[in-house]
Amino acid sequence: MRVLQLEINGDAREVAAHDHWTLLEVLRYSLGLVGSKQGCDKGDCGSCTVLFDGKPVLSCLTLAGSAVGHQVTTIEGLAPKPTGTLQPVLDPVQVAFNDCGALQCGFCQPGMMLSARALLNTNAEPSREEIHQALSGNLCRCTGYTQIVQAVETAVARIAQGDGASASNDGAAGHSPPDDGVSA
Amino acid sequence: MSARDQHGLAAPHGDFQIIGKPQRKIDGAAKATGSALYTDDLTLPGMLHAKTLRSPHPHARIVSIDTSAAQALPGVHGVITGKDLPTPYGVIPWTPDETALAVGKVRFIGDEVAAVAAVDEDTALRALELIQVEYEVLHSYQDPKEALERDEPTIHQNKRGNNVSKRVKLDFGEVDQAFEASPVVIKGDYSFHGSTHAAIEPHCALAQVDGDGLLTLWSATQITHYVHRALSSVLDLAPHRIRVIQPAIGGAFGGKSDPFSLEFCVAKLAQITGRPVKMLWAREEVFYAHRGRHPMEMQYSLAANEDGKIQGVDARILIDGGSYSSFGLVTTYYSGQLLTGPYDFPTYRFDSTRVFTNKPPCGPKRGHGSVQPRFAFEVQLDELAEKLSIDPIELRRRNSIGPQTKTVNGQRITSCGFDECLLQVEEASDWKNKRQNLGSGKGVGVAGSMYISGTNYPIYPNEMPQAGIQIKVDRSGVVTVFSGANDIGQGSSSMVAYVVAEELGLTLDMLRVVAADTDLCPVDLGAYSSRVTFMVGNAAIDASRKLRKLVVGSLAKHWDVEERRVRLVKGEALDLEDPERHMTMAEAFQIAEVEHDTLGATGSYNTPTLGGDYRGGSIGASPAYSFSAHVVEVEVDEETGRIDVQEVWCAHDCGKALNPILVSGQIEGSVYMGIAEALYEHHRTNRFGLHSGPSLLDYPLATTLDTPEIKSLIVESNDPEGPYGAKEAGEGPLHSAIPALSNAIFDAVGIRLRHLPFTPDVVLRALREKRTNDNQAPSPGSDA
Repeated sequence: MRVLQLEINGDAREVAAHDHWTLLEVLRYSLGLVGSKQGCDKGDCGSCTVLFDGKPVLSCLTLAGSAVGHQVTTIEGLAPKPTGTLQPVLDPVQVAFNDCGALQCGFCQPGMMLSARALLNTNAEPSREEIHQALSGNLCRCTGYTQIVQAVETAVARIAQGDGASASNDGAAGHSPPDDGVSA
Repeated sequence: MSARDQHGLAAPHGDFQIIGKPQRKIDGAAKATGSALYTDDLTLPGMLHAKTLRSPHPHARIVSIDTSAAQALPGVHGVITGKDLPTPYGVIPWTPDETALAVGKVRFIGDEVAAVAAVDEDTALRALELIQVEYEVLHSYQDPKEALERDEPTIHQNKRGNNVSKRVKLDFGEVDQAFEASPVVIKGDYSFHGSTHAAIEPHCALAQVDGDGLLTLWSATQITHYVHRALSSVLDLAPHRIRVIQPAIGGAFGGKSDPFSLEFCVAKLAQITGRPVKMLWAREEVFYAHRGRHPMEMQYSLAANEDGKIQGVDARILIDGGSYSSFGLVTTYYSGQLLTGPYDFPTYRFDSTRVFTNKPPCGPKRGHGSVQPRFAFEVQLDELAEKLSIDPIELRRRNSIGPQTKTVNGQRITSCGFDECLLQVEEASDWKNKRQNLGSGKGVGVAGSMYISGTNYPIYPNEMPQAGIQIKVDRSGVVTVFSGANDIGQGSSSMVAYVVAEELGLTLDMLRVVAADTDLCPVDLGAYSSRVTFMVGNAAIDASRKLRKLVVGSLAKHWDVEERRVRLVKGEALDLEDPERHMTMAEAFQIAEVEHDTLGATGSYNTPTLGGDYRGGSIGASPAYSFSAHVVEVEVDEETGRIDVQEVWCAHDCGKALNPILVSGQIEGSVYMGIAEALYEHHRTNRFGLHSGPSLLDYPLATTLDTPEIKSLIVESNDPEGPYGAKEAGEGPLHSAIPALSNAIFDAVGIRLRHLPFTPDVVLRALREKRTNDNQAPSPGSDA
């Protein structure tokens, strides 16, 4: 058992954890950050993906101790900090995933959205091949990936237009994705 | 509501406001932010963690179990074995052959033997190692043919004293005469390997017994109602002392539609320990739980006229059921009953036998029981087209059954958009220019299929509604809908919200949906057989229209106008003929509440009497059938045997797309799953009964890099009885993807792949055989 000083979603957290505990175990069991999912617990599915200094890692294969000194971002920390407007503000990736039908069962999507965010952190105009490559470590069993890729492309286009962070759910208009070709 | 009260297809207030338009899901934001809670995300104070001891033998008698050392381990609070939960159960009430933990014998490697609840998982796992089980190993069956031929030892005791799980033999018309009279007869052997669901969320269940003895179970299940019934029986606890809740669920695909061992174990352990108990299965255990697609060995014979019109179909199918019945009775029927469209043929016979083997139990996977025969039959149709030199799409067109018809086995077809599906894939894929014309190693293939939108077979016989909805209205304008349906990611709760919002003129942010909670929601039979949109959608319309009638009537009185002038739309009530006269729906509800007291409504759906007049004639009898057609384009690497699926076009007749985004998602997900199981996936055990690789690496799922370009094409035939004309979309679009792929490979390189999966070694062997055959007897179009 060790006491770890971690930085999770911008918060300094002090956590006591067994030496063999993974970051996923610490996130889910010690910190209550259950948005990171356990699908296989052996690095095959990608559902536990979190960001280490903006880069995707599999938290189920990462010892909690090795997160010390890194900025860890989980799905709970993907949305920007509230602006004080009292309106929810989400990351453009989250909004696009919601608009494009990418969230069926949603279980793999925290990891998927973080992988997508990591891609956009380093590549503002990814090609479809680059999107496929960046998401290839995240298994999804529902969507056939089509609407996920559409969602990433939609997020890219909206960010380029300086838009995409709106998550308003205030009525029918808020529930209607813009008709920008996202529906097949 | 009875099906005779037809809803018609019209929007309740002129144009549709919500139905048919792209919408977000009502749980979309929760899933986007990671705040949706799945079963393993739930924690209760004092919660214990449970693990399962599993059999290391494929078939063995249990001589003795000693749990004393495990019980004595510090941190262990409860240990149970088969004697604690001896009552057998099974999702089909006629075949209760499972127990929560093995009683007397084990039937596959991975069968559940004992369960331990401890302060944490590590302690529970250590306790499992301390349980001593003495086994007497029995002969195990890994080959279904051996299980068919050999009776001793039996895997289950049955009246016949053999290893047959179920046999169904049905004849329609004079099959032998049709074959004798037909100029063209094609016979062939086909086989479908096993595949599994591999939902990304493993099974998980959590139970709590409160101070009054009320048991609550949270479980990743797609059939809350059947779990409720099974728990009551196995725990010998009155059903009103049990509450079953399905939290958000991480995929299911049929793999969570049986009651599972862990649900009974956590409940019993919670009763014994007095503490909440959770069990999360490891990925490996999910592979043992399985209930995936049955391997089938299929012999098909097809008789036809020279113009390609089918005269008869004769099928013999051997189904490898694995170790328990699960839905096997239905699977056996479905293997024959669901083949009788989208084509019209006058005679049909099938003889299907499901046998037990000592492998993980098979069950319903997306396209239950019918994906395998569809593969065989559609490949055989392609062989017929080849033999008669008829374009395969044209051949299918000539045999298309059409709307308002009856199938050879007596099933009623109402709406049918199959011809339109064929046309759409033909045009979208540029079929006419591509077929036989893409050059070396490249080709296109087509196939068609049909699937049910639920059936009138309610699993346990009863005449109560198959789907129910309750609506509660708050004076704020919030409308809460209680839906028994299990939202397994397909969006059934969203569908319910779209329907109620459309009918009551609300905006979606005014809707709340409470789903799949047996204390709070009316009974729905569950998310299986693609029944939810059709049945629950109709129930939601039924309830909404009762409520709307009250509100519209009250407003008409309030305004002193005729009811036809009152419109409820976009969260407002208005007078069509006086634009000055309008109010919010919250105010409208308040006016109606003054007249009618507390507002609410219930709605339900039951199928009409359907099906053929023979034993089993109602199994597969659906109030509406969906139709699909696929064109697949492939490139085959003749050096490596690798198949590269370039693009798949799938046209699916879903009746009416209530939300086209969700329908496209179902089509794309189905196509992906079908293509992947044809190319990569193989759920199998070795000759010792050991699973070949129970992990998501050894059982390879397709990634973004493996998945082809998928074009979903929505066809709307507007079913006369579906909600706004809707039918199913979740399972049908998987079926014909697989035979279309085989047919495309034939177009590309001239090998006829009749046995799945199409792995590179299989392709290379077929190519070699074709070369050998071509050299020996060079005749164009010869098969591998």
